[in-house]
Amino acid sequence: MAVTQANSTPKQGIRGFMSANLFQNQGVLVFVVLIVVFLAGSIIFGSTFYSGYNITTMLVFNSMFAFISLGMTFVIITGGIDLSVSSVAVLTSMLAAWFSRFGLLPAIFVPVIVGTLIGLFNGWTISKLGILPFIATLVTFMAARGLALIMPKIFGIYLANLFPNVSWSWVDYVADYSIVIDRSQNFQAIIGNFLGLPIPVWLILIAYTLGAVLLQYTRFGRVTLAIGGNEEAARLMGLPVTVTKTLVYAMSGALAGLAGVILASRSGTALPTEAVGWELQAISAVVVGGTLLTGGKGSVVSTLIGVLLLGLIFNLLNFINVGGFSLTVYWQAVVRGAFLFIVVLLQSSWLRRNR
Amino acid sequence: MTSNDVLLEMKDILKVFPGIVAVDHANMQISRGEVHALVGENGAGKSTMIKILTGAYIRDGGKITFDGQDVEYRTPQQAQENGISTIYQEINLVPLRSVAENILMGREPTRYGLLDWKRLNTEANRILVQMGIEIDVTKPLADYNIAIQQMVAIARAVSFKSKLVVMDEPTSSLDDHEVHILFETIRRLKAEGVSVIFITHRLDELFVICDRITIMRDGKTIETRDISSITKLELVSKMLGKELGQVRRSGATSFEIKEVGPDAEMVLELDQAKNSPVLQDVSLNVRKGEIVGLAGLLGSGRSEAARAIFGADPIREGQMRWDGKPVSFLSTRDAIDVGMGYCPEDRKAEGVVPFLSVRENLTLAALPRLTHKGIINRDKQKQIVDQFIKMLGIKLSSPDQKIRELSGGNQQKVLLARWLCMNPQLLILDEPTRGIDVGAKGEIQKIISGLADEGVGVLMITSEMEELTEGSHRVFVMRDRRTVTELSREEISQDAIMDAMAHGESENNVEVQS
Amino acid sequence: MTTSDQASGISTTMRDDTRGLLGKARTYGILAVILILVIFNFFRIWNTISNTATFVESGTVQQEYIRSLNQALNVNLTQVATIVIVGVGMTLVIATGGIDLSVGAIMAIAGQIAPLIFLGSIGQRFGMGVTNTLAIIVPLIVSSAVGLFNGFMVTQLRFQPIIATLVVYIGGRGIAQVLTNGYLQVFRNPGFQYLALGRPLGIPTQVYIMFAVVILADLLVRRTSFGQYVLSIGGNERAARLAGVPVNRVKTAVYVISGFLCGIAGLIVVAINSASDANLNGLNIELDAIAAVAVGGTPLSGGIATIWGTLLGALFIQLARFTLISIGVPYEFALVVNAAIILTAVYLQRQRSS
Repeated sequence: MAVTQANSTPKQGIRGFMSANLFQNQGVLVFVVLIVVFLAGSIIFGSTFYSGYNITTMLVFNSMFAFISLGMTFVIITGGIDLSVSSVAVLTSMLAAWFSRFGLLPAIFVPVIVGTLIGLFNGWTISKLGILPFIATLVTFMAARGLALIMPKIFGIYLANLFPNVSWSWVDYVADYSIVIDRSQNFQAIIGNFLGLPIPVWLILIAYTLGAVLLQYTRFGRVTLAIGGNEEAARLMGLPVTVTKTLVYAMSGALAGLAGVILASRSGTALPTEAVGWELQAISAVVVGGTLLTGGKGSVVSTLIGVLLLGLIFNLLNFINVGGFSLTVYWQAVVRGAFLFIVVLLQSSWLRRNR
Repeated sequence: MTSNDVLLEMKDILKVFPGIVAVDHANMQISRGEVHALVGENGAGKSTMIKILTGAYIRDGGKITFDGQDVEYRTPQQAQENGISTIYQEINLVPLRSVAENILMGREPTRYGLLDWKRLNTEANRILVQMGIEIDVTKPLADYNIAIQQMVAIARAVSFKSKLVVMDEPTSSLDDHEVHILFETIRRLKAEGVSVIFITHRLDELFVICDRITIMRDGKTIETRDISSITKLELVSKMLGKELGQVRRSGATSFEIKEVGPDAEMVLELDQAKNSPVLQDVSLNVRKGEIVGLAGLLGSGRSEAARAIFGADPIREGQMRWDGKPVSFLSTRDAIDVGMGYCPEDRKAEGVVPFLSVRENLTLAALPRLTHKGIINRDKQKQIVDQFIKMLGIKLSSPDQKIRELSGGNQQKVLLARWLCMNPQLLILDEPTRGIDVGAKGEIQKIISGLADEGVGVLMITSEMEELTEGSHRVFVMRDRRTVTELSREEISQDAIMDAMAHGESENNVEVQS
Repeated sequence: MTTSDQASGISTTMRDDTRGLLGKARTYGILAVILILVIFNFFRIWNTISNTATFVESGTVQQEYIRSLNQALNVNLTQVATIVIVGVGMTLVIATGGIDLSVGAIMAIAGQIAPLIFLGSIGQRFGMGVTNTLAIIVPLIVSSAVGLFNGFMVTQLRFQPIIATLVVYIGGRGIAQVLTNGYLQVFRNPGFQYLALGRPLGIPTQVYIMFAVVILADLLVRRTSFGQYVLSIGGNERAARLAGVPVNRVKTAVYVISGFLCGIAGLIVVAINSASDANLNGLNIELDAIAAVAVGGTPLSGGIATIWGTLLGALFIQLARFTLISIGVPYEFALVVNAAIILTAVYLQRQRSS
């Protein structure tokens, strides 16, 4: 019987190598840029830059973005978006601060669970009610921030008024608008070190490894990619689209919760005005890493590279202090914007040449 | 036939949509190991019947018995799990994912809970090879042309060990070679005792592969017969509800073309047009009042040629002449302004603007002529819309209706009207009667004929052989992105066209040789 | 290439439509709720006034009541005016299938430029009339230019709208802040501030501007070919392109319009506050604008534009917020309730159109 043969449009050589599963084409490029920037920084600013202190501080600071960006990667791969992550993070940071008086474990579990629940709510409105992810997570974004703002009042005033007979010693820890951590219960151990590396760094490694395995080697991960590629087809193929979408948002919420825990333990006080703009940071990192905003294609590893690159650049910006000219916060914003612009520009021209 | 032989029984099925009874107490019965054809015009209800069976719709009445049990599927997943596999006309796969993934999506082989990529690829490869297809299964599906993609969809459906495989227009994207593979696969399924429901507009195919046939019209089941007991003419007449003799007289199409003198002026000339890699060397011409057919296999570049002529894609080398004068278009607007119109192949993706009304869709290209200082002249617009609704016989409740509420045939008429109201000198039509029921097909063919009579030049891309043989003054054949043959009226025949299409490399191996 | 006659039943996309009977029901629905809220506030204010023993300036309860109502009306209309003006631009952008996250940043930039002009040396040389005119025209030119940049990124560089306007969102406010290194520009300029503090016929100027913008935009969408082009691009861009619609030009134009309108809004805010604070001007307004658009009935996926709907949506959200705060709900709760209202409104829209 005659046989049909077909060649796909082959990509030879370097391009073929870079079509490998784990990295995307753009991911490798970004990785190269990361190395270059790091080397440049080390040469220009010397040992203050590549010192263990600077690097670990930078890593711990960026661990929060790293977790959020991981969740955002999965969400974006399904073709959605999660704008609520910053509000969830700040809300869970306040919960973490309040629960810190009960010990390390509650201070970690309660926020993460709450984050997961909020994520489940997002997933529900999006997959069951059919509301666009942008609107659905925008709504949660507003609601969670509102809850965070009111949390000190809830704990400090309302609960105390409701149960006046019980001794509420924690009222001391709650100001009008913030919640202070109870240091006596070892909560800040979470940003301590373990075998030389800060715990958050370990957590990033674990989370991203799990994430990469999840995406590449489990049905859940493949369904996620299928949904982003062609949701209607995925549905018709009989794939568990609704469940998977819901779980993806739940994951994002859980990771935002974890970010909130780290946020609380870094500062001594949890403020509801923190974490502004984090969702955009995460989206930037995901895009810089090379994941398509339209969904269906993405990589966990490249997001991590994106996070590191962004973190590195802004770490570097803090070093710029030549003859009194330092970059104010405002200029940093301009640089941030310009950087995103350049990255996307390069990405789209790269994409166009590859097609 | 004993009751054990009956695999599927759909009895008294009722499905009502707002304003229309889609399925009106229809019946269908499939035996085990049978290949059963389901035919009817659009609106006949066959697509709805299938969607009810496979769980995409929920019926309003009637009973379905599958493999001895009463069933009611509420999701495609349920139907699948019960042993009913479906191949849709639109390729419902994920293009960004690899071929292997698409075939085994949802049932990937695992090892210790994790995906076993090696086994996935080997297994997918095995399934395809069994069907006679050898491709690299690790590449994304999007890397392959549409025929291969459809074959992958078929491979997926067939690999499910189902009891029943439903195929909805499976051959629409396939050329003869792949159709042959499909039929072999169907024969294999039959030998294994699997039943097949086969829906197609290409009536010739039914006689090759099917055992029995169910004809539907207006939501009702008209007849169920052995395929050997009916002729094609009889079949068409039953589908249309027309007299047999009438069909025999006027031919399969409604084209009635008149002679065009050899001294008729050229309206369009294309000389060795090139736009690597999608167009390599295209030369054709169209005279006033002429219908020029453009034939070719999938991937031969016909639609790309049309787009280039219309200014949607650039022509990098070669020349195009309009009314004898060289032209170069930067955008579709340029082409429209000189007097061209273009009906694209995929109505849904490139023709219809879904939320706009019929009126708005019809006048979309004509807006510059209907506006004064930016404001639309409502009266003029209404006039044109009413005129063309009448002229083309568009069936609708009001011109302000949303266009997506119209049937496929009527939508196509609106799209035609979009260009006709501009009084074009050249009309480029890409598969103008695809996905349209037999009745509307004839109407559109008549309209095209009429246009030619009035002096409009028509470039007609079509895969339907009858349209080429009965409806064209001349035929150009393309293969591998080049025009290879021009056939004059006397030279046109099915064999000549197919011969020209088939010569040369298969379109699957198109790699740019510049 | 579908052969199905009826609308595909498997498709999960529901479309909103404000032109049919359902659309009218939704429009009247929102109007009804707004009316209820207004009446509720009438009674509430009357209650507060008649229970308070202190009459501040005039003597009677009635006069105090009128004054409170007037104040409430002004406060609400003022707040809503800027959101509506920005929202109209947002509606047009969303109708083409895009989105504009940079609206707040553009407001900040425009708001910064005006005081720079009339607080500078130009005032001495040309007199306040010319200066004030320049102080309005130049920011509008700049804000339109930023919109042009957005359009450029989307049409020429092929950025996705969310990313393109994200770039300006991030960098634009920074630019506004850099102009004065984050410091406020405080001023007193009655000529310029007439934009917001003027009260022709007792109604704030910005309300006139708001209605003018809404009416013009609505006419643009419904009566002009430009409006048809906008809708066709959002509905099916490829089809629009093939039908000869100047897609790139129209898309760029809606971003320019959005930028222009944000410029107006930015100037109004600055005029109200007698100060330009680049840190706060237009902060988070993109959320309010998008919410107003969504609640008003324009689907975020594009292809349909309901300008009056956006006005109603903004009014509704504003009134709800105001009512809650005035009955004592803390601001923070108001945020939560606001979110719930938006969610419900969007959900109900989808329900009604299915």
